[in-house]
Amino acid sequence: MAGIWVHGESAADGSLTKLSTEVATLARSVAEQLGGAEVTGVVIGSDPAAAAEELATFVPKVLTVKEPTIADNAAGMIVAQRLAALVEANDPDIVMTGAGPEGRDVAGALSALTGWGVLANATAVRGDGGGAVATHSVFGGKLITESGLTGSKGIVTVRPNAVTAEPAGSAGTVEEVAATGELQQPAVPIVDRLEAETAAAKIDDARIIVAGGRGVGGSDGFGLIQELADALGGAVGATRAAVDSGWIPYSQQIGQTGKIVKPQLYLAMGISGAIQHKVGMQTASTIIAVNRDPDAPIADFADMIVIGDLVEVGNALLAELRARSG
Amino acid sequence: MRIVVLTKPVPDPASGGERLLPDGRLDRANSPAVVNGNDEYVLEKALKLIEAAGEGEVILLTMAPESAPETMRKALAMGATRGVLVTDPAIAGSDAVATTRILAAALKTLDFDLVFAGVDTSDGTAGVVAPGVAALTGLPYLSYAASVDPDEAARKVRVKRITADGYEVLEAPMPALISGTQALGEPRYPSLKGIMAARSKEITTMSLTDLGIDGTSVGLDGATTKVVDSRPPEARGATKVVRDAPDEAARQIVALLAERRII
Repeated sequence: MAGIWVHGESAADGSLTKLSTEVATLARSVAEQLGGAEVTGVVIGSDPAAAAEELATFVPKVLTVKEPTIADNAAGMIVAQRLAALVEANDPDIVMTGAGPEGRDVAGALSALTGWGVLANATAVRGDGGGAVATHSVFGGKLITESGLTGSKGIVTVRPNAVTAEPAGSAGTVEEVAATGELQQPAVPIVDRLEAETAAAKIDDARIIVAGGRGVGGSDGFGLIQELADALGGAVGATRAAVDSGWIPYSQQIGQTGKIVKPQLYLAMGISGAIQHKVGMQTASTIIAVNRDPDAPIADFADMIVIGDLVEVGNALLAELRARSG
Repeated sequence: MRIVVLTKPVPDPASGGERLLPDGRLDRANSPAVVNGNDEYVLEKALKLIEAAGEGEVILLTMAPESAPETMRKALAMGATRGVLVTDPAIAGSDAVATTRILAAALKTLDFDLVFAGVDTSDGTAGVVAPGVAALTGLPYLSYAASVDPDEAARKVRVKRITADGYEVLEAPMPALISGTQALGEPRYPSLKGIMAARSKEITTMSLTDLGIDGTSVGLDGATTKVVDSRPPEARGATKVVRDAPDEAARQIVALLAERRII
Protein backbone atom coordinates (compact mmCIF):
# COMPACT_ATOMS: atom_id res chain seq x y z
CA MET A 1 0.00 0.00 0.00
CA ALA A 2 1.89 3.01 -1.25
CA GLY A 3 -0.46 5.55 0.17
CA ILE A 4 -3.62 7.54 0.27
CA TRP A 5 -3.78 11.08 -1.04
CA VAL A 6 -6.23 13.73 0.09
CA HIS A 7 -7.01 16.51 -2.35
CA GLY A 8 -7.39 19.66 -0.23
CA GLU A 9 -9.75 22.26 -1.67
CA SER A 10 -9.32 25.96 -0.93
CA ALA A 11 -12.38 28.10 -0.15
CA ALA A 12 -12.73 31.57 -1.71
CA ASP A 13 -10.79 33.13 1.20
CA GLY A 14 -7.91 30.66 0.81
CA SER A 15 -8.79 28.54 3.84
CA LEU A 16 -9.36 24.78 3.65
CA THR A 17 -12.98 23.75 3.03
CA LYS A 18 -14.84 21.91 5.78
CA LEU A 19 -15.42 19.05 3.34
CA SER A 20 -11.66 18.60 2.88
CA THR A 21 -11.17 18.37 6.67
CA GLU A 22 -13.74 15.56 6.70
CA VAL A 23 -12.07 13.76 3.77
CA ALA A 24 -8.69 14.04 5.54
CA THR A 25 -10.15 12.61 8.77
CA LEU A 26 -11.68 9.73 6.85
CA ALA A 27 -8.42 9.08 4.97
CA ARG A 28 -6.60 8.60 8.29
CA SER A 29 -9.03 5.93 9.46
CA VAL A 30 -8.90 4.13 6.07
CA ALA A 31 -5.08 4.16 6.27
CA GLU A 32 -5.20 2.68 9.76
CA GLN A 33 -7.53 -0.09 8.60
CA LEU A 34 -5.07 -0.83 5.78
CA GLY A 35 -2.31 -1.43 8.29
CA GLY A 36 -0.77 2.02 8.46
CA ALA A 37 -0.71 3.29 4.88
CA GLU A 38 0.87 6.71 4.41
CA VAL A 39 -1.57 9.65 4.15
CA THR A 40 -0.51 12.68 2.13
CA GLY A 41 -2.45 15.88 1.52
CA VAL A 42 -2.17 17.77 -1.77
CA VAL A 43 -3.18 21.41 -2.20
CA ILE A 44 -2.94 22.95 -5.67
CA GLY A 45 -3.75 26.65 -6.01
CA SER A 46 -2.53 30.13 -6.82
CA ASP A 47 -1.80 30.62 -3.12
CA PRO A 48 -2.06 27.21 -1.44
CA ALA A 49 -0.18 28.08 1.80
CA ALA A 50 -3.10 28.73 4.18
CA ALA A 51 -5.13 25.67 3.13
CA ALA A 52 -1.98 23.52 3.22
CA GLU A 53 -1.13 24.61 6.79
CA GLU A 54 -4.65 23.71 7.86
CA LEU A 55 -4.57 20.35 6.05
CA ALA A 56 -1.27 19.59 7.82
CA THR A 57 -3.14 19.63 11.14
CA PHE A 58 -5.04 16.58 9.83
CA VAL A 59 -2.40 14.56 7.96
CA PRO A 60 1.34 13.98 8.50
CA LYS A 61 2.49 15.42 5.19
CA VAL A 62 1.12 17.94 2.69
CA LEU A 63 2.43 18.66 -0.80
CA THR A 64 1.62 22.04 -2.35
CA VAL A 65 1.79 23.14 -5.96
CA LYS A 66 1.68 26.84 -6.71
CA GLU A 67 -0.30 27.26 -9.90
CA PRO A 68 -0.85 30.98 -10.64
CA THR A 69 -3.35 30.33 -13.48
CA ILE A 70 -5.95 29.14 -10.94
CA ALA A 71 -6.35 32.73 -9.68
CA ASP A 72 -8.35 33.75 -12.75
CA ASN A 73 -9.35 30.52 -14.49
CA ALA A 74 -11.82 27.72 -13.68
CA ALA A 75 -9.91 25.57 -11.18
CA GLY A 76 -11.11 21.98 -11.62
CA MET A 77 -9.47 21.05 -14.92
CA ILE A 78 -6.18 22.75 -14.00
CA VAL A 79 -6.02 21.04 -10.59
CA ALA A 80 -6.77 17.69 -12.24
CA GLN A 81 -3.88 18.06 -14.70
CA ARG A 82 -1.38 18.99 -11.99
CA LEU A 83 -2.69 16.19 -9.79
CA ALA A 84 -2.41 13.66 -12.65
CA ALA A 85 1.26 14.59 -13.12
CA LEU A 86 1.94 14.27 -9.37
CA VAL A 87 0.16 10.92 -9.24
CA GLU A 88 2.29 9.64 -12.08
CA ALA A 89 5.51 10.78 -10.40
CA ASN A 90 4.65 9.58 -6.86
CA ASP A 91 2.46 6.51 -7.46
CA PRO A 92 -0.14 6.71 -4.66
CA ASP A 93 -2.91 4.08 -4.68
CA ILE A 94 -5.94 6.10 -3.74
CA VAL A 95 -6.85 9.75 -4.25
CA MET A 96 -9.70 11.00 -2.07
CA THR A 97 -11.62 14.23 -2.64
CA GLY A 98 -14.94 15.81 -1.71
CA ALA A 99 -18.07 15.09 -3.75
CA GLY A 100 -18.80 18.82 -4.21
CA PRO A 101 -18.63 20.82 -7.46
CA GLU A 102 -14.82 21.14 -7.45
CA GLY A 103 -14.10 17.62 -6.21
CA ARG A 104 -16.35 16.07 -8.84
CA ASP A 105 -14.76 18.10 -11.63
CA VAL A 106 -11.28 17.15 -10.40
CA ALA A 107 -12.20 13.47 -9.94
CA GLY A 108 -13.81 13.20 -13.39
CA ALA A 109 -10.93 14.81 -15.25
CA LEU A 110 -8.31 12.94 -13.17
CA SER A 111 -10.09 9.66 -13.89
CA ALA A 112 -10.06 10.34 -17.63
CA LEU A 113 -6.39 11.39 -17.57
CA THR A 114 -5.23 8.35 -15.52
CA GLY A 115 -7.83 5.71 -16.46
CA TRP A 116 -8.48 5.20 -12.72
CA GLY A 117 -11.95 4.25 -11.57
CA VAL A 118 -14.05 6.42 -9.27
CA LEU A 119 -15.92 5.24 -6.18
CA ALA A 120 -18.31 8.17 -6.22
CA ASN A 121 -20.36 9.95 -3.60
CA ALA A 122 -19.32 7.73 -0.71
CA THR A 123 -21.24 8.07 2.55
CA ALA A 124 -18.53 6.03 4.28
CA VAL A 125 -15.17 4.52 3.29
CA ARG A 126 -13.16 1.79 4.95
CA GLY A 127 -9.92 -0.02 4.23
CA ASP A 128 -10.45 -3.69 3.57
CA GLY A 129 -8.11 -6.35 2.21
CA GLY A 130 -5.64 -3.96 0.65
CA GLY A 131 -8.09 -1.53 -0.89
CA ALA A 132 -10.74 1.05 -0.23
CA VAL A 133 -14.38 0.00 0.05
CA ALA A 134 -16.94 2.76 -0.28
CA THR A 135 -20.52 2.77 0.94
CA HIS A 136 -23.17 4.41 -1.22
CA SER A 137 -26.83 5.17 -0.78
CA VAL A 138 -28.56 4.36 -4.10
CA PHE A 139 -32.05 4.38 -5.61
CA GLY A 140 -33.19 7.21 -3.39
CA GLY A 141 -31.94 5.52 -0.24
CA LYS A 142 -33.78 2.25 -0.88
CA LEU A 143 -30.51 0.35 -1.06
CA ILE A 144 -27.07 0.63 0.54
CA THR A 145 -24.25 -0.73 -1.63
CA GLU A 146 -20.57 -1.27 -0.99
CA SER A 147 -18.15 -1.00 -3.89
CA GLY A 148 -14.48 -1.65 -4.32
CA LEU A 149 -11.90 -1.26 -7.08
CA THR A 150 -11.12 -4.09 -9.50
CA GLY A 151 -7.49 -2.93 -9.68
CA SER A 152 -5.18 -1.46 -7.07
CA LYS A 153 -5.63 2.24 -7.99
CA GLY A 154 -8.61 4.52 -7.77
CA ILE A 155 -10.31 7.77 -6.83
CA VAL A 156 -12.91 8.19 -4.07
CA THR A 157 -15.30 11.15 -3.80
CA VAL A 158 -16.82 11.65 -0.36
CA ARG A 159 -20.14 13.27 0.49
CA PRO A 160 -20.29 16.14 2.99
CA ASN A 161 -20.90 15.14 6.63
CA ALA A 162 -19.72 11.52 6.16
CA VAL A 163 -17.61 11.96 9.32
CA THR A 164 -16.96 14.63 11.93
CA ALA A 165 -13.61 16.28 11.19
CA GLU A 166 -10.93 15.72 13.83
CA PRO A 167 -7.39 17.09 13.62
CA ALA A 168 -4.52 14.64 14.14
CA GLY A 169 -2.58 14.63 17.42
CA SER A 170 0.42 16.39 15.93
CA ALA A 171 0.87 18.78 13.01
CA GLY A 172 2.38 17.50 9.77
CA THR A 173 4.90 18.99 7.38
CA VAL A 174 4.26 21.10 4.28
CA GLU A 175 6.46 20.69 1.24
CA GLU A 176 6.25 22.76 -1.94
CA VAL A 177 6.57 20.84 -5.19
CA ALA A 178 7.28 22.54 -8.52
CA ALA A 179 4.58 22.34 -11.19
CA THR A 180 5.98 20.44 -14.12
CA GLY A 181 4.97 20.35 -17.76
CA GLU A 182 2.59 22.36 -19.90
CA LEU A 183 -1.12 22.43 -19.18
CA GLN A 184 -2.63 20.59 -22.18
CA GLN A 185 -6.31 21.37 -21.56
CA PRO A 186 -7.68 24.80 -22.51
CA ALA A 187 -7.92 27.24 -19.57
CA VAL A 188 -11.37 28.80 -19.08
CA PRO A 189 -11.07 32.39 -17.80
CA ILE A 190 -13.20 33.70 -14.94
CA VAL A 191 -14.40 37.10 -16.21
CA ASP A 192 -16.48 38.04 -13.17
CA ARG A 193 -17.44 36.86 -9.70
CA LEU A 194 -20.90 37.39 -8.25
CA GLU A 195 -22.15 37.07 -4.70
CA ALA A 196 -25.13 34.79 -4.17
CA GLU A 197 -28.36 36.76 -4.60
CA THR A 198 -29.38 36.28 -1.00
CA ALA A 199 -27.46 36.34 2.24
CA ALA A 200 -29.24 33.13 3.22
CA ALA A 201 -27.37 30.87 5.65
CA LYS A 202 -25.78 27.93 3.83
CA ILE A 203 -27.59 24.63 4.14
CA ASP A 204 -24.56 22.48 3.20
CA ASP A 205 -23.09 22.22 6.68
CA ALA A 206 -26.04 23.49 8.77
CA ARG A 207 -26.70 21.71 12.10
CA ILE A 208 -30.37 22.60 11.93
CA ILE A 209 -32.46 23.06 8.78
CA VAL A 210 -36.04 24.30 8.62
CA ALA A 211 -37.35 23.50 5.15
CA GLY A 212 -40.49 24.51 3.30
CA GLY A 213 -42.32 22.83 0.46
CA ARG A 214 -45.31 23.46 -1.76
CA GLY A 215 -47.50 23.65 1.38
CA VAL A 216 -45.81 26.92 2.39
CA GLY A 217 -47.84 28.57 -0.36
CA GLY A 218 -45.58 31.43 -1.45
CA SER A 219 -42.60 33.74 -0.83
CA ASP A 220 -44.46 35.34 2.09
CA GLY A 221 -44.91 31.94 3.70
CA PHE A 222 -41.15 31.52 3.75
CA GLY A 223 -41.05 34.44 6.23
CA LEU A 224 -42.34 32.08 8.91
CA ILE A 225 -39.83 29.40 7.84
CA GLN A 226 -37.04 31.95 8.16
CA GLU A 227 -38.27 33.04 11.62
CA LEU A 228 -38.28 29.43 12.78
CA ALA A 229 -34.77 28.91 11.39
CA ASP A 230 -33.60 32.06 13.20
CA ALA A 231 -35.19 30.93 16.47
CA LEU A 232 -33.45 27.55 16.18
CA GLY A 233 -30.14 28.95 14.92
CA GLY A 234 -30.51 27.05 11.65
CA ALA A 235 -30.70 27.56 7.89
CA VAL A 236 -33.69 27.60 5.51
CA GLY A 237 -34.07 24.80 2.99
CA ALA A 238 -36.68 24.08 0.34
CA THR A 239 -38.07 21.51 -2.05
CA ARG A 240 -37.80 21.69 -5.81
CA ALA A 241 -41.47 22.73 -6.05
CA ALA A 242 -40.82 25.78 -3.84
CA VAL A 243 -37.68 26.69 -5.84
CA ASP A 244 -39.36 26.20 -9.24
CA SER A 245 -42.18 28.47 -8.05
CA GLY A 246 -39.59 31.18 -7.42
CA TRP A 247 -40.29 31.44 -3.69
CA ILE A 248 -36.68 30.83 -2.69
CA PRO A 249 -33.35 30.57 -4.58
CA TYR A 250 -31.93 27.33 -5.98
CA SER A 251 -28.99 27.56 -3.54
CA GLN A 252 -31.38 26.44 -0.77
CA GLN A 253 -32.80 23.43 -2.61
CA ILE A 254 -32.51 20.01 -1.02
CA GLY A 255 -32.94 16.80 -2.98
CA GLN A 256 -31.96 14.93 -6.10
CA THR A 257 -31.26 17.98 -8.25
CA GLY A 258 -30.28 20.16 -5.28
CA LYS A 259 -28.09 19.50 -2.27
CA ILE A 260 -27.69 16.45 -0.04
CA VAL A 261 -27.73 17.46 3.63
CA LYS A 262 -27.24 15.64 6.91
CA PRO A 263 -28.24 17.99 9.75
CA GLN A 264 -28.99 17.03 13.35
CA LEU A 265 -32.50 18.38 12.94
CA TYR A 266 -34.61 18.58 9.79
CA LEU A 267 -37.88 20.38 10.40
CA ALA A 268 -40.02 19.82 7.29
CA MET A 269 -42.89 22.29 6.91
CA GLY A 270 -45.49 21.42 4.30
CA ILE A 271 -43.21 18.88 2.63
CA SER A 272 -44.80 15.64 1.41
CA GLY A 273 -41.49 13.78 1.30
CA ALA A 274 -41.49 12.61 -2.33
CA ILE A 275 -38.54 10.37 -3.23
CA GLN A 276 -36.70 13.19 -5.08
CA HIS A 277 -36.66 15.25 -1.87
CA LYS A 278 -36.12 12.33 0.50
CA VAL A 279 -32.82 11.54 -1.27
CA GLY A 280 -31.44 14.86 -0.04
CA MET A 281 -32.36 14.71 3.65
CA GLN A 282 -33.17 11.18 4.79
CA THR A 283 -29.94 10.79 6.77
CA ALA A 284 -30.78 13.72 9.08
CA SER A 285 -30.47 12.57 12.71
CA THR A 286 -33.93 13.82 13.68
CA ILE A 287 -36.73 14.53 11.21
CA ILE A 288 -39.85 16.35 12.36
CA ALA A 289 -42.63 17.04 9.85
CA VAL A 290 -45.62 19.34 10.00
CA ASN A 291 -48.20 18.40 7.40
CA ARG A 292 -51.94 18.45 6.89
CA ASP A 293 -51.90 15.04 5.27
CA PRO A 294 -51.36 12.10 7.65
CA ASP A 295 -50.73 9.87 4.61
CA ALA A 296 -47.89 12.01 3.19
CA PRO A 297 -44.83 9.82 2.40
CA ILE A 298 -42.79 11.74 4.99
CA ALA A 299 -44.90 10.10 7.72
CA ASP A 300 -43.05 6.86 6.90
CA PHE A 301 -39.57 8.15 7.73
CA ALA A 302 -39.98 11.13 10.08
CA ASP A 303 -39.35 10.70 13.82
CA MET A 304 -42.41 12.82 14.52
CA ILE A 305 -45.20 14.13 12.32
CA VAL A 306 -47.58 16.81 13.53
CA ILE A 307 -50.84 16.68 11.62
CA GLY A 308 -52.03 20.24 11.22
CA ASP A 309 -51.81 23.62 9.53
CA LEU A 310 -48.18 24.64 9.17
CA VAL A 311 -48.88 28.33 9.85
CA GLU A 312 -50.73 27.60 13.08
CA VAL A 313 -48.25 24.99 14.28
CA GLY A 314 -45.31 27.11 13.07
CA ASN A 315 -46.48 30.18 14.99
CA ALA A 316 -47.16 28.14 18.12
CA LEU A 317 -43.69 26.60 17.85
CA LEU A 318 -42.14 30.04 17.36
CA ALA A 319 -43.88 31.29 20.52
CA GLU A 320 -42.76 28.22 22.47
CA LEU A 321 -39.13 28.58 21.31
CA ARG A 322 -39.08 32.31 22.09
CA ALA A 323 -40.61 31.74 25.54
CA ARG A 324 -37.96 29.12 26.19
CA SER A 325 -35.04 31.34 25.22
CA GLY A 326 -36.61 34.03 27.40
CA MET B 1 -26.03 26.69 -34.09
CA ARG B 2 -25.71 23.02 -33.33
CA ILE B 3 -25.91 21.70 -29.76
CA VAL B 4 -25.25 18.09 -28.74
CA VAL B 5 -27.01 17.09 -25.50
CA LEU B 6 -25.68 14.05 -23.64
CA THR B 7 -28.82 12.21 -22.58
CA LYS B 8 -28.96 9.20 -20.29
CA PRO B 9 -31.96 6.92 -19.79
CA VAL B 10 -32.21 6.25 -16.02
CA PRO B 11 -34.64 4.15 -13.97
CA ASP B 12 -37.57 6.36 -13.01
CA PRO B 13 -36.74 7.49 -9.43
CA ALA B 14 -40.48 7.68 -8.73
CA SER B 15 -41.20 4.11 -9.88
CA GLY B 16 -39.91 2.37 -6.78
CA GLY B 17 -38.89 -0.64 -8.87
CA GLU B 18 -35.14 -0.11 -9.02
CA ARG B 19 -33.02 -3.07 -7.99
CA LEU B 20 -29.69 -4.70 -8.77
CA LEU B 21 -29.02 -7.95 -10.59
CA PRO B 22 -26.75 -10.50 -8.86
CA ASP B 23 -23.74 -9.17 -10.79
CA GLY B 24 -24.32 -5.68 -9.40
CA ARG B 25 -25.77 -4.18 -12.58
CA LEU B 26 -29.07 -2.35 -12.66
CA ASP B 27 -32.09 -4.54 -13.42
CA ARG B 28 -33.46 -2.45 -16.28
CA ALA B 29 -36.37 -4.82 -16.90
CA ASN B 30 -37.86 -4.04 -13.51
CA SER B 31 -38.00 -0.27 -13.73
CA PRO B 32 -39.30 2.03 -16.49
CA ALA B 33 -36.65 4.33 -17.97
CA VAL B 34 -36.97 8.11 -18.11
CA VAL B 35 -34.64 10.86 -19.32
CA ASN B 36 -32.28 11.78 -16.47
CA GLY B 37 -33.62 14.87 -14.64
CA ASN B 38 -30.55 17.09 -15.02
CA ASP B 39 -30.34 16.17 -18.73
CA GLU B 40 -33.86 17.56 -19.19
CA TYR B 41 -32.78 20.94 -17.80
CA VAL B 42 -29.87 21.23 -20.22
CA LEU B 43 -32.03 19.97 -23.08
CA GLU B 44 -34.59 22.68 -22.28
CA LYS B 45 -31.81 25.30 -22.36
CA ALA B 46 -30.53 23.94 -25.69
CA LEU B 47 -34.03 24.12 -27.21
CA LYS B 48 -34.49 27.70 -25.99
CA LEU B 49 -31.14 28.77 -27.46
CA ILE B 50 -31.97 27.23 -30.86
CA GLU B 51 -35.42 28.86 -30.81
CA ALA B 52 -33.84 32.22 -29.96
CA ALA B 53 -31.27 31.81 -32.75
CA GLY B 54 -34.06 30.95 -35.20
CA GLU B 55 -32.04 28.12 -36.72
CA GLY B 56 -29.90 25.16 -35.80
CA GLU B 57 -30.37 21.72 -34.34
CA VAL B 58 -30.30 19.87 -31.04
CA ILE B 59 -28.76 16.40 -31.28
CA LEU B 60 -29.18 13.86 -28.50
CA LEU B 61 -26.17 11.64 -27.83
CA THR B 62 -26.97 8.56 -25.78
CA MET B 63 -24.96 5.52 -24.77
CA ALA B 64 -27.40 2.83 -23.69
CA PRO B 65 -28.90 -0.60 -24.38
CA GLU B 66 -30.84 -1.19 -27.58
CA SER B 67 -34.11 -0.32 -25.85
CA ALA B 68 -32.98 3.32 -25.41
CA PRO B 69 -34.87 4.76 -28.44
CA GLU B 70 -38.09 4.58 -26.38
CA THR B 71 -36.60 6.99 -23.85
CA MET B 72 -34.92 9.09 -26.54
CA ARG B 73 -38.35 9.62 -28.17
CA LYS B 74 -39.42 11.45 -25.00
CA ALA B 75 -36.56 13.92 -25.44
CA LEU B 76 -37.25 14.17 -29.19
CA ALA B 77 -40.87 14.95 -28.31
CA MET B 78 -39.66 17.94 -26.28
CA GLY B 79 -38.19 19.26 -29.54
CA ALA B 80 -34.72 17.79 -30.12
CA THR B 81 -33.98 17.43 -33.82
CA ARG B 82 -32.46 13.95 -33.97
CA GLY B 83 -30.68 11.33 -31.91
CA VAL B 84 -27.44 9.40 -32.02
CA LEU B 85 -27.38 6.16 -30.03
CA VAL B 86 -24.18 4.32 -29.20
CA THR B 87 -25.26 0.78 -28.45
CA ASP B 88 -23.43 -2.51 -28.42
CA PRO B 89 -23.88 -5.74 -26.45
CA ALA B 90 -20.34 -5.22 -25.09
CA ILE B 91 -21.19 -1.97 -23.28
CA ALA B 92 -23.51 -3.58 -20.70
CA GLY B 93 -22.11 -2.97 -17.23
CA SER B 94 -19.77 -0.17 -18.36
CA ASP B 95 -18.45 2.07 -15.56
CA ALA B 96 -17.83 5.82 -15.65
CA VAL B 97 -14.35 5.39 -17.15
CA ALA B 98 -15.69 3.38 -20.11
CA THR B 99 -18.74 5.64 -20.52
CA THR B 100 -16.45 8.67 -20.66
CA ARG B 101 -14.23 7.06 -23.33
CA ILE B 102 -17.17 5.97 -25.46
CA LEU B 103 -18.96 9.34 -25.32
CA ALA B 104 -15.72 11.19 -26.07
CA ALA B 105 -15.10 8.95 -29.09
CA ALA B 106 -18.67 9.44 -30.31
CA LEU B 107 -18.42 13.24 -29.96
CA LYS B 108 -15.36 13.24 -32.20
CA THR B 109 -17.58 11.95 -35.04
CA LEU B 110 -20.08 14.82 -34.68
CA ASP B 111 -20.05 18.52 -35.64
CA PHE B 112 -21.23 20.94 -32.96
CA ASP B 113 -20.86 24.38 -31.43
CA LEU B 114 -21.72 23.33 -27.88
CA VAL B 115 -22.08 20.10 -25.90
CA PHE B 116 -24.44 20.07 -22.93
CA ALA B 117 -24.58 17.51 -20.11
CA GLY B 118 -26.46 17.32 -16.82
CA VAL B 119 -24.16 17.80 -13.79
CA ASP B 120 -24.94 14.27 -12.68
CA THR B 121 -27.41 11.42 -13.17
CA SER B 122 -29.98 10.23 -10.68
CA ASP B 123 -28.79 6.61 -10.86
CA GLY B 124 -25.01 6.99 -10.82
CA THR B 125 -24.87 10.38 -9.01
CA ALA B 126 -21.11 10.55 -9.59
CA GLY B 127 -20.96 13.72 -11.73
CA VAL B 128 -17.63 12.65 -13.24
CA VAL B 129 -18.50 11.84 -16.87
CA ALA B 130 -18.79 15.43 -18.15
CA PRO B 131 -15.37 16.59 -16.86
CA GLY B 132 -13.89 13.31 -18.10
CA VAL B 133 -15.30 13.79 -21.60
CA ALA B 134 -13.92 17.35 -21.60
CA ALA B 135 -10.46 16.05 -20.64
CA LEU B 136 -10.48 13.39 -23.39
CA THR B 137 -11.80 15.70 -26.14
CA GLY B 138 -9.80 18.76 -25.11
CA LEU B 139 -12.97 20.89 -25.17
CA PRO B 140 -13.08 23.91 -22.82
CA TYR B 141 -15.13 22.78 -19.79
CA LEU B 142 -17.63 25.02 -18.03
CA SER B 143 -19.45 23.27 -15.20
CA TYR B 144 -22.42 23.78 -12.85
CA ALA B 145 -24.10 26.26 -15.19
CA ALA B 146 -26.96 28.38 -13.85
CA SER B 147 -27.06 30.30 -17.15
CA VAL B 148 -25.60 29.86 -20.65
CA ASP B 149 -25.15 32.79 -23.05
CA PRO B 150 -23.55 31.99 -26.39
CA ASP B 151 -22.41 34.74 -28.77
CA GLU B 152 -22.37 32.95 -32.09
CA ALA B 153 -20.89 35.86 -34.05
CA ALA B 154 -17.95 36.13 -31.63
CA ARG B 155 -17.78 32.30 -31.31
CA LYS B 156 -17.78 32.64 -27.51
CA VAL B 157 -19.96 31.34 -24.71
CA ARG B 158 -20.49 32.71 -21.20
CA VAL B 159 -21.63 30.58 -18.29
CA LYS B 160 -22.66 31.62 -14.79
CA ARG B 161 -21.19 28.81 -12.70
CA ILE B 162 -22.58 27.95 -9.26
CA THR B 163 -19.85 27.95 -6.59
CA ALA B 164 -19.94 27.48 -2.83
CA ASP B 165 -20.11 31.26 -2.30
CA GLY B 166 -22.12 32.51 -5.26
CA TYR B 167 -21.20 32.45 -8.93
CA GLU B 168 -18.23 32.83 -11.21
CA VAL B 169 -18.79 33.98 -14.76
CA LEU B 170 -16.73 31.85 -17.16
CA GLU B 171 -16.01 32.57 -20.81
CA ALA B 172 -14.69 30.18 -23.42
CA PRO B 173 -14.41 29.92 -27.20
CA MET B 174 -16.85 27.58 -28.98
CA PRO B 175 -16.98 24.64 -29.28
CA ALA B 176 -17.15 24.01 -25.54
CA LEU B 177 -18.66 21.48 -23.13
CA ILE B 178 -21.06 22.73 -20.47
CA SER B 179 -22.59 20.83 -17.54
CA GLY B 180 -25.83 22.30 -16.29
CA THR B 181 -28.18 22.31 -13.33
CA GLN B 182 -31.83 22.77 -12.55
CA ALA B 183 -31.18 26.53 -12.27
CA LEU B 184 -31.34 26.61 -16.11
CA GLY B 185 -35.12 26.41 -15.90
CA GLU B 186 -38.00 23.98 -15.84
CA PRO B 187 -38.24 21.60 -18.80
CA ARG B 188 -41.30 21.83 -21.05
CA TYR B 189 -43.87 19.09 -21.36
CA PRO B 190 -43.96 17.57 -24.83
CA SER B 191 -46.96 18.76 -26.84
CA LEU B 192 -49.17 16.28 -28.65
CA LYS B 193 -47.72 17.64 -31.89
CA GLY B 194 -44.22 17.10 -30.48
CA ILE B 195 -45.02 13.52 -29.55
CA MET B 196 -46.38 12.80 -33.04
CA ALA B 197 -43.38 14.44 -34.71
CA ALA B 198 -40.92 12.50 -32.53
CA ARG B 199 -42.10 9.21 -34.02
CA SER B 200 -40.53 9.99 -37.35
CA LYS B 201 -37.40 11.74 -36.13
CA GLU B 202 -34.11 10.08 -37.00
CA ILE B 203 -32.14 8.04 -34.47
CA THR B 204 -28.87 6.77 -35.91
CA THR B 205 -26.92 4.08 -34.11
CA MET B 206 -23.22 3.50 -33.72
CA SER B 207 -21.43 0.41 -32.45
CA LEU B 208 -18.11 0.19 -30.63
CA THR B 209 -16.57 -1.02 -33.90
CA ASP B 210 -17.75 2.21 -35.55
CA LEU B 211 -15.89 4.11 -32.82
CA GLY B 212 -12.78 1.93 -32.95
CA ILE B 213 -13.16 0.81 -29.34
CA ASP B 214 -12.28 -2.73 -28.26
CA GLY B 215 -15.35 -4.30 -26.64
CA THR B 216 -13.32 -6.17 -24.05
CA SER B 217 -11.95 -2.91 -22.62
CA VAL B 218 -15.43 -1.71 -21.61
CA GLY B 219 -18.54 -3.32 -20.12
CA LEU B 220 -18.61 -5.38 -16.95
CA ASP B 221 -15.29 -7.12 -17.72
CA GLY B 222 -13.46 -3.83 -18.23
CA ALA B 223 -15.00 -2.11 -15.19
CA THR B 224 -12.66 -0.41 -12.71
CA THR B 225 -15.17 -0.65 -9.85
CA LYS B 226 -17.43 -3.44 -8.65
CA VAL B 227 -20.32 -3.77 -6.21
CA VAL B 228 -19.24 -6.12 -3.41
CA ASP B 229 -22.27 -5.97 -1.14
CA SER B 230 -25.77 -4.51 -0.96
CA ARG B 231 -28.34 -4.34 1.81
CA PRO B 232 -31.45 -2.40 2.73
CA PRO B 233 -30.79 0.68 4.89
CA GLU B 234 -31.26 0.48 8.64
CA ALA B 235 -34.87 1.20 9.44
CA ARG B 236 -35.57 4.47 11.22
CA GLY B 237 -37.44 4.28 14.51
CA ALA B 238 -41.22 4.39 14.62
CA THR B 239 -42.88 7.70 13.73
CA LYS B 240 -44.67 9.49 16.56
CA VAL B 241 -47.90 10.94 15.18
CA VAL B 242 -49.14 14.09 16.94
CA ARG B 243 -52.73 15.20 16.32
CA ASP B 244 -53.07 17.70 19.17
CA ALA B 245 -53.95 21.40 18.86
CA PRO B 246 -51.10 23.68 17.68
CA ASP B 247 -50.01 24.85 21.18
CA GLU B 248 -49.80 21.33 22.55
CA ALA B 249 -48.16 20.03 19.34
CA ALA B 250 -45.54 22.81 19.59
CA ARG B 251 -44.80 21.78 23.20
CA GLN B 252 -44.27 18.19 22.06
CA ILE B 253 -41.88 19.28 19.31
CA VAL B 254 -39.86 21.33 21.80
CA ALA B 255 -39.85 18.43 24.26
CA LEU B 256 -38.40 16.10 21.60
CA LEU B 257 -35.77 18.69 20.64
CA ALA B 258 -34.78 19.09 24.29
CA GLU B 259 -34.72 15.35 24.88
CA ARG B 260 -32.34 14.90 21.94
CA ARG B 261 -30.23 17.87 23.08
CA ILE B 262 -30.84 19.73 19.83
CA ILE B 263 -31.86 22.86 21.76
